[in-house]
Amino acid sequence: MLLGGVILLTSFAYLGILFAIAYYGDKRADAGRSIIATPTIYALSMAVYATSWTFYGSVGRAAASGVGFLPIYLGPTLMAALFWLVLRKMIRISKANRITSIADFIAARYGKSALLGGLVTVIAVIGIIPYIALQLKAVSNSFVILLQYPTVAMPPKGEAPLGLLDDTALYVALLLGAFTLLFGTRHLDATERHEGMVAAIAFESLVKLLAFLAVGVFVTFHLYDGFGDLFAKAMALPHLERLLTLGGPTGNYGSWASLIFLSMLSILFLPRQFQISVVENVNEQHVLKAIWLFPLYLFAINIFVLPITFAGLMHFGSGRVDADTFVLTLPMAFQQEGLVLFVFIGGLSAATGMVIVETIALSTMICNDLVMPVLLRWRALALSTRADLSGLLLSIRRGAIVLLMMLGYVYYRAAGEAYALVSIGLVSFAAVAQFAPAMLGGMYWKQGTRAGALAGLSAGFALWAYTLLLPSFAKSGWLPISFIEQGPLDIALLKPLALFGLAGLDDISHAMFWSMLFNVGAYVGVSLFARQSIRDHAQALLFVDVFKVATRGSSLWRGRASVEEVVTLVGRFLGPARAEEAFAGYAARRGVKSVQELEPQADLVHFAEHLLAGAIGASSARVMLASAVKEEPLSMDEVLDILDEASQVIAYSRQLEQKSRELEAATAGLRAANERLTELDRMKDDFISTVTHELRTPLTSIRAFSEILHDNPDMQPAKRDEFVLIIVKESERLTRMINQVLDLAKLESGNAEWHSAELDLKAVIEDAVSTTSQLLRDSGATLTLDLPGAVPPVPADRDRLMQVMLNLISNAAKFCDRQAGRIGIALRVLPDALRVDVADNGIGIHPDDHEIIFEKFRQVGDTLTGKPQGTGLGLPISRRIVQHFGGTLWVDSGLGRGATFSFTLPLQRTPPAPAPAQDTTEAASSP
Amino acid sequence: MTNRAVQAQRLVALFVLGWLLFSFPLLSLFNSGGTVFGIPVLYAWLFGVWAALIAVMVFVVESAN
Repeated sequence: MLLGGVILLTSFAYLGILFAIAYYGDKRADAGRSIIATPTIYALSMAVYATSWTFYGSVGRAAASGVGFLPIYLGPTLMAALFWLVLRKMIRISKANRITSIADFIAARYGKSALLGGLVTVIAVIGIIPYIALQLKAVSNSFVILLQYPTVAMPPKGEAPLGLLDDTALYVALLLGAFTLLFGTRHLDATERHEGMVAAIAFESLVKLLAFLAVGVFVTFHLYDGFGDLFAKAMALPHLERLLTLGGPTGNYGSWASLIFLSMLSILFLPRQFQISVVENVNEQHVLKAIWLFPLYLFAINIFVLPITFAGLMHFGSGRVDADTFVLTLPMAFQQEGLVLFVFIGGLSAATGMVIVETIALSTMICNDLVMPVLLRWRALALSTRADLSGLLLSIRRGAIVLLMMLGYVYYRAAGEAYALVSIGLVSFAAVAQFAPAMLGGMYWKQGTRAGALAGLSAGFALWAYTLLLPSFAKSGWLPISFIEQGPLDIALLKPLALFGLAGLDDISHAMFWSMLFNVGAYVGVSLFARQSIRDHAQALLFVDVFKVATRGSSLWRGRASVEEVVTLVGRFLGPARAEEAFAGYAARRGVKSVQELEPQADLVHFAEHLLAGAIGASSARVMLASAVKEEPLSMDEVLDILDEASQVIAYSRQLEQKSRELEAATAGLRAANERLTELDRMKDDFISTVTHELRTPLTSIRAFSEILHDNPDMQPAKRDEFVLIIVKESERLTRMINQVLDLAKLESGNAEWHSAELDLKAVIEDAVSTTSQLLRDSGATLTLDLPGAVPPVPADRDRLMQVMLNLISNAAKFCDRQAGRIGIALRVLPDALRVDVADNGIGIHPDDHEIIFEKFRQVGDTLTGKPQGTGLGLPISRRIVQHFGGTLWVDSGLGRGATFSFTLPLQRTPPAPAPAQDTTEAASSP
Repeated sequence: MTNRAVQAQRLVALFVLGWLLFSFPLLSLFNSGGTVFGIPVLYAWLFGVWAALIAVMVFVVESAN
């Protein structure tokens, strides 16, 4: 016989143990010797995922749909394989940014937007309340059933509702609320971590697992002879066969897959899962073990679900006893007092674990992202001037917890009877799945914007409410049932369970499809078409590149404040002692002796923002600090700095481009230099081969004639003399040629000696003429001199100029007409130069050849018949000499009209400019 | 560190494999009557694959440590 008193006593004893564990955990944490810093505890505490939905509801769902209960656990198993990629990144981001809830996470990612944080909080609260109601229903039902022991009787249904004071669920709600208050809000922590609570949750996970396994073992091996026996007997019953396969009443593959997908998202985005796996995580390496230990837990707690279901169905038949209670009623039917009590405690742990963590997580959100931002902006309250706000914060959280429990109770009273446990839970799953696009997008996609997240969340939430929440109201009578059956205002296309005519899906798949379609669509679409704000962009970098960016705050605080102001501000929220302590630690890390000596710089403000973010959320922290810190507007430079973070890569590649362009230019220069060198080399080779060729011509004739003389000793004397004369002449030509080659080489290398002096060009010409008088006589040409009386002196080398004149005169003598040769030499005084013309009346030079004759070794004329008359070096040498003195040497000629070689020599290298003007004035004034 | 990168890839592969084994069309191959060692085929398949996945997860995670 189990009395209500015994049950209550056991329950309180159990809660007492929990509280003791939590108290011990907190004590150890304060002493710095954490008991939860092991991966096993971490994985066990994650099993808060398994609530009374799992404990009682799985069997209920299995009774209706066979394996239909399983996707909810297969999804998390699959997601566990991605923990290392996804969950670890969430943990890293949250640690780096002091994020304490999902609302905080999303708000911080999208530019610390308070609006977004508020929206997420509202969605979470509305979405989770049915889930809390589910726990109340499970605990109160199990209590009511237990009171009937040993009779197995269902609580009365469909009768007039119980009076408020007779309703067990109300007391359960109050009890759980009070318990959570004691657990979660004993003090305010900057990191929002609750070590004691985690230890208690891990313990609860063990209890509920052991309780369920105990029932499973009892049923399978005590009532039956193992799995084979149980299944064999079950399959003999015709109405149980349909539960063995998928399809028909068990749901199709589509809803199977959509449930797996839904539960994959839930394991990450349920507020309590985020609280346990991310916020309470001590060491991100713990995730590794959870990858297999957590799925193993789920596997273990599910292995006996089907045996219990079949045993219950076989024992009670269908319809008489609610399958949701088989876990409890089976041992009751066989009068196993101890086991029954253990199962009740197991169910209690499943419910309390969920309620504690969920309400703590939600109360943090409500406080940090909903209430505080409003209060802080509400100037009339003048909150920012209050000395100590930590008490206020705690009160808000406590109030939030009580409110949540009451809302859960209200929902239970209103809608609880209409649904099985699992269906209620799935509604909540679908709600938190709406966070997935904004969360995952925020972690992996830099382009995601605040506007996009707002649009996506709003659209997804609206569709969820329309396709799941409102129908649940309709089914429980809050709305007319015609809303579901005919659609609002009889518009069939708007029927909430077959929106836009989409039929054939189960409620959850249908809602998931539409809400996700609109959620993802709006998030991506608006993000792609909206401009990202600078702050948004900076946060995006911090989140997406969390493994690349060294942990440092965003560089957006430009404000300055006095150290005292900042410390006092933080003290208001954390309590002065905690704040002092934190800043002292900060000072020590910076190598400064005391807090007072800290530099009031942006770094310090960052640190303060960090601390505050832990207590009141990122967006509120920003608002608070902005009130204390005179934030300087972002300068253009800083905006550019921020942009730089993103464009660093671009800048870098631009630098590379610049470098490679410079390199290309240098290469081009080198190539040009190389080409010039090759050209010079080729010219040198040409020159040498030409020189040797030219030298060989006279040498060959000298050698040939010498050999003739040598081989013919009895040659006639006249002939011999002729030959000897040729040899002498050719030798002279050879000598001359060698001299000239040397001369040219000197000129070209710049090694020639120059003796510059003011000299009289007229005298030089006269000397040259007299030197060549014999040559002229020999050629029989007549010479006409046209020289002015006196010419101004020019700066030049006398010998070199003589060389030029001799060369020109001898050329003229060589090429002038054979019969009536005439040579004219003229000297003219130009304004700034002297000009010399040497004209002959020879055959002339074709205009095409005018430049060629100034090249080395080039002689025009018929080289086949006529013997070469000169060395081919005279004109190149002459031109070089004239150029050396700043003048030019050219030829004016045409075939058959003689040739005139002319050159100019400038009078002064630097002409005295004012001189002529002076002359004229003198000339004008003297008469 | 390379170990870690390979480990992450193995886990992703495991995710994909698990997803395939738990969904249509592979699932439909075992969606039939009959028993394996007295256990309905579909149940045996789901729980067997589940256990095997966990075993491979243990191997992947613990072998790298």
